[in-house]
Amino acid sequence: MEEVKEQVISLPRLGEPAPAFEAATTHGVLKLEDFKGGWLILFSHPADFTPVCTTEFIAFAEIYPELQKRGVELLGLSVDSVSSHIAWVRNVEEKIGVKIPFPIIADLSKEVSLAYGMIHPGQSKTETVRCVFIIDPKQIIRTVLYYPLTTGRNMDEILRIIDALQTTDANAVATPANWRPGDMVVVPPPNTQEMAEERLKQGYECVDWYLCKKKL
Amino acid sequence: MACVSPDGTPTESGVQMLRALRSGLGPPEEIAKDTGLPLFRVRSGLRELSQAGLANQKNDEYEITEKGVALTK
Repeated sequence: MEEVKEQVISLPRLGEPAPAFEAATTHGVLKLEDFKGGWLILFSHPADFTPVCTTEFIAFAEIYPELQKRGVELLGLSVDSVSSHIAWVRNVEEKIGVKIPFPIIADLSKEVSLAYGMIHPGQSKTETVRCVFIIDPKQIIRTVLYYPLTTGRNMDEILRIIDALQTTDANAVATPANWRPGDMVVVPPPNTQEMAEERLKQGYECVDWYLCKKKL
Repeated sequence: MACVSPDGTPTESGVQMLRALRSGLGPPEEIAKDTGLPLFRVRSGLRELSQAGLANQKNDEYEITEKGVALTK
């Protein structure tokens, strides 16, 4: 019971520094700080040599070039060993012809999984669920996604979130529902009545003072 | 270890990094640019090369050691 409590307490939250780690991976020992200055997607999968995870790894490998264009690295994780990860990625390359270009953490001790709240006992007491942590260049957690064991992740949504976060940071705007690059963005709501009145004269596309959009 | 084999010799990426250091002190960002390796790989690789005595860290930069030079000839 104590163990379950601790797992819940350690769920990281948006806007907080990502928990530091040093972990064995398929690319050697890596620390979180090795990724500083760039974006990082840390994601967990339940287990190597399982069907949904295999489709996800292929999909992550497929979007990796697009992520690199955006300055984003990928880092996978499960509680399997480095040897198991190596055997699995070699199998995926041999059977499916897809090379997995990013490192995978072998979290046998579950240190990283617990620090990031990746084990949800209601789903599995031993495996990590499908988590996605988007960590910015200052190593602040900017997005957290959790998927159940039975549902593979949507790569379009992950790319869309990266585009939205990077657009938001670069332009001090927000993005509306279903936003895609090139769509209009939302101007942050005004804080004062004066700003609200000025806003209506600024040539934005406004439904009313609190909902204004502009093109970038 | 990704950059140093169990027998203490540098792997292909380790040799790449050591060769990039042969021209003098270099920060990881510069080594990443020279080698084309991702920055995270260079940071962890230089750490391993230092632990193996093939490179030395001086503040935020690295230099190759005599042992490192000998192994990249």
